Amino acid sequence: MALINGLYTEGEKIADTKAPKVPVPEMWTTRKFDAMLVNPANRRKLSVIIVGTGLAGAAAGATLGEAGYRVKSFCFQDSPRRAHSIAAQGGINAAKNYKEDGDSIYRLFYDTVKGGDYRARESNVYRLAEVSANIIDQCVAQGVPFAREYGGLLDNRSFGGVQVSRTFYARGQTGQQLLIGAYQALERQIAAGTVEMYTRHEMLELIVKDGKARGIIARDLVTGEIETHVADVVVLASGGYGNVFFLSTNAMGSNVTANWRAHRKGAYFGNPCYTQIHPTCIPVSGDHQSKLTLMSESLRNDGRIWVPKNREDCDKDPRQIPEEDRDYYLERIYPSFGNLVPRDIASRQAKNVCDEGRGVGPMVGDFRRGVYLDFADAIARLGEDAVRAKYGNLFDMYARITGENPYEVPMRIYPAVHYTMGGLWVDYDLQSSIEGLYVTGEANFSDHGANRLGASALMQGLADGYFVLPNTIRDYLAKGPFEALADDDPAVAEARAAVEARTEKLLSINGERTVDSFHKELGNIMWEYCGMERTEEGLNKAIGLIRGLREEFWRNVKVLGSADTLNQSLEKAGRVADFLELGELMCIDALHRRESCGGHFRAESQTEDGEALRHDDEFLYVAAWEFTGGDGTNGEFGNMGAPVLHKEDLVYDAIELKQRSYK
Amino acid sequence: MTTTTHEAEVAAAPREEGLMNLTLKIWRQNGPRDNGRLVTFKVKDISPDMSFLEMLDVLNEQLQAEGTEPIAFDSDCREGICGMCGLMISGEAHGPEKTTTCQLHMRSFKDGETITIEPWKADPFPVIKDLVVDRGSFDRIIQAGGFISANTGAAPKAEAILVPKENADRAFVAAECIGCGACVAACPNASGMLFMGAKITHLGELPQGQPERDARVVSMVNQHDAEGFGGCTNIGECSHACPKGIPQDVISTLNKDLRTALKRGR
Repeated sequence: MALINGLYTEGEKIADTKAPKVPVPEMWTTRKFDAMLVNPANRRKLSVIIVGTGLAGAAAGATLGEAGYRVKSFCFQDSPRRAHSIAAQGGINAAKNYKEDGDSIYRLFYDTVKGGDYRARESNVYRLAEVSANIIDQCVAQGVPFAREYGGLLDNRSFGGVQVSRTFYARGQTGQQLLIGAYQALERQIAAGTVEMYTRHEMLELIVKDGKARGIIARDLVTGEIETHVADVVVLASGGYGNVFFLSTNAMGSNVTANWRAHRKGAYFGNPCYTQIHPTCIPVSGDHQSKLTLMSESLRNDGRIWVPKNREDCDKDPRQIPEEDRDYYLERIYPSFGNLVPRDIASRQAKNVCDEGRGVGPMVGDFRRGVYLDFADAIARLGEDAVRAKYGNLFDMYARITGENPYEVPMRIYPAVHYTMGGLWVDYDLQSSIEGLYVTGEANFSDHGANRLGASALMQGLADGYFVLPNTIRDYLAKGPFEALADDDPAVAEARAAVEARTEKLLSINGERTVDSFHKELGNIMWEYCGMERTEEGLNKAIGLIRGLREEFWRNVKVLGSADTLNQSLEKAGRVADFLELGELMCIDALHRRESCGGHFRAESQTEDGEALRHDDEFLYVAAWEFTGGDGTNGEFGNMGAPVLHKEDLVYDAIELKQRSYK
Repeated sequence: MTTTTHEAEVAAAPREEGLMNLTLKIWRQNGPRDNGRLVTFKVKDISPDMSFLEMLDVLNEQLQAEGTEPIAFDSDCREGICGMCGLMISGEAHGPEKTTTCQLHMRSFKDGETITIEPWKADPFPVIKDLVVDRGSFDRIIQAGGFISANTGAAPKAEAILVPKENADRAFVAAECIGCGACVAACPNASGMLFMGAKITHLGELPQGQPERDARVVSMVNQHDAEGFGGCTNIGECSHACPKGIPQDVISTLNKDLRTALKRGR
């Protein structure tokens, strides 16, 4: 078949997402009723593997364990409590309407679809809004210490892209508290014997037998042993892939390997180019930087974002710049939403003012890359103590990292990679294009379209884990248990051989460059050409650069040590090898989508005011990519082939398609 | 003394202001059965804006270039919240500031300084390799009762449970524990009472935590002792070392809850 742009081919459309054929508000009730049941006595004969113990994975593990299934849970960290959901700061949305400010399931649904710039699936988003209230109930019952009013009732605050207060929070550590809740529920099941926990284990391959996902090959990161684990169904809850940019707000270990291995085995990758650049992060301070730190979006409730009107003021002490010489640019451009515009918009405007030469802080290349987030007004209005009570831990973290006191000097912030809306393609049941492989939380693509609203990631992770997956997966498990899989089954042997060959190859190259040096170079390419603004020319260039870098990696990487012990360089090498393939697919996806939507901003497609301009006539679809490259077993590593594009048309029945406006 | 020579070297090298040269004495142990030893390394031109772990990243890049296996150490979020990192830095858990190792920055050190870097040392935290330890004992304490039994779907409406703000606030302060293990590493008895007391207090302050309150404390204490953690002798190093400032009075709450439970014959 002829290649399109010399890069990919187009395959059949995805005809059916398996959502029930009823109006959107009735879908979830219908699906739950239609899904087959498994009698409690039969559940213990059915086994589930879950990779990842963040909100989605821990919640699913606990819930399926409670239901009586046999669960094996895996995480690469030393404890399930470390998963990166723990770092989420601001809050979790739920349509409880406690503030009586006009919130409802429909409004949360509408805000999320609009926030995602009309590139999310209505069916999934409606369900997310529908179960949101149950999540808060569940977490409170577990003892999650949400913020309370003096009367003992739960408190709420606002997040970007909405005009109601529906965000529940636990100071600036909401993710931590929710994860500890899910972790404790999981540990309870471990004690009960329904969940078997494998910490410091990394999934390196998916076992597929007769078209069905049947297990994983994992490496025990302490002993180096390669282990086979089989089950009736496999769930990936392994998080997002923001670390393809090297610098991001993700944890050091966050990676795409579980997802990518499944993609290589036939799971379609949905919308890989949709990445979220978060507007309020602490700016890069130098070349040594290993990661970036977010300052919660909740700060935009009280902090005001500005830069000097005049370039000559940019290196002045901000406190000396008079009010009339400051440009509160978000309040100026978007009077209705002000500082609480969605993340993609706030980020791009920060980039624009810095590109104009009005950024603040140290010079990075030719520009200063920072804007002020100023609490002087809030401190004057509420007092320092009230501000401390709300945001104390965030201010402390800022002070520790920058050495500056944000109670006295405005914070400096700049956008950074934070979240990936793309992920493995799933149907309404959260099943991937491989039968028996389910994908939840950030690892799937399903709920946030081209831009995620604040406080929605925690909501989706827990919705998937506690309420959605346990209901849909039983429909599949009801067909089991499936035939036992022997250790010498060709499907198992092939997956093991692939892992062993890769491990051996990585340790034997013995080249000149460290894994980190490749990762940093890849990150620079991605940030430059596939970051906040993308162009046809830049993306084509990036694809060439990534291919060259990948070729060099497999020839010149240096991984010391051996395979039979804890070897952190080896772990990183495998992850970076997969990022080097994913990066190319992201660029191909970004190149083929000749429109701007949400976080995907193509310079060629903008309105007169510089806002993202969609082309619904051409691009109202999910791009689901199929892998066609080699499997590496014949000594050929890093061969990606030309991916095949499958389109899933997006249909809007409940919501009218509009140009997004926050003015 | 080597200091003079060292200072002379530093003065001779023209470089950006504030950069530091440091001597690092780092614990290297090639697996659980190896004896382990301190090995001396030098790093140059360390920026005060680097985090402590970024300084170790620089050292590891340097070691790999020389063909030496990098030093194994744990870290993940590097935002001070996941609890994965944790080093004894010149004898202090997480170093000289009240924060996690990942949030410690090199501006807390001086040019020419010698820094000793060791793993947590406590029997219930066996060393896996170099600076990496096994803290599975903490998970097992939680398994013993550090939860509220609330199956998914069985929860009452959140608005039906009222929690006075002061109880919610105290529960929150205790719930901030990140499970890093600094309290154990800092304690001369290697006691895990601050960690355990934080969980007992978090759940015990809330109405939802009451039904299992007695059973929880007894079961967790038994597991704590079985793991080989020592008892508390009110020294206070735990709370002092805690990056989240968990107050020592959670141990009083723990003891009180235990007394009450034992009196009731649990």
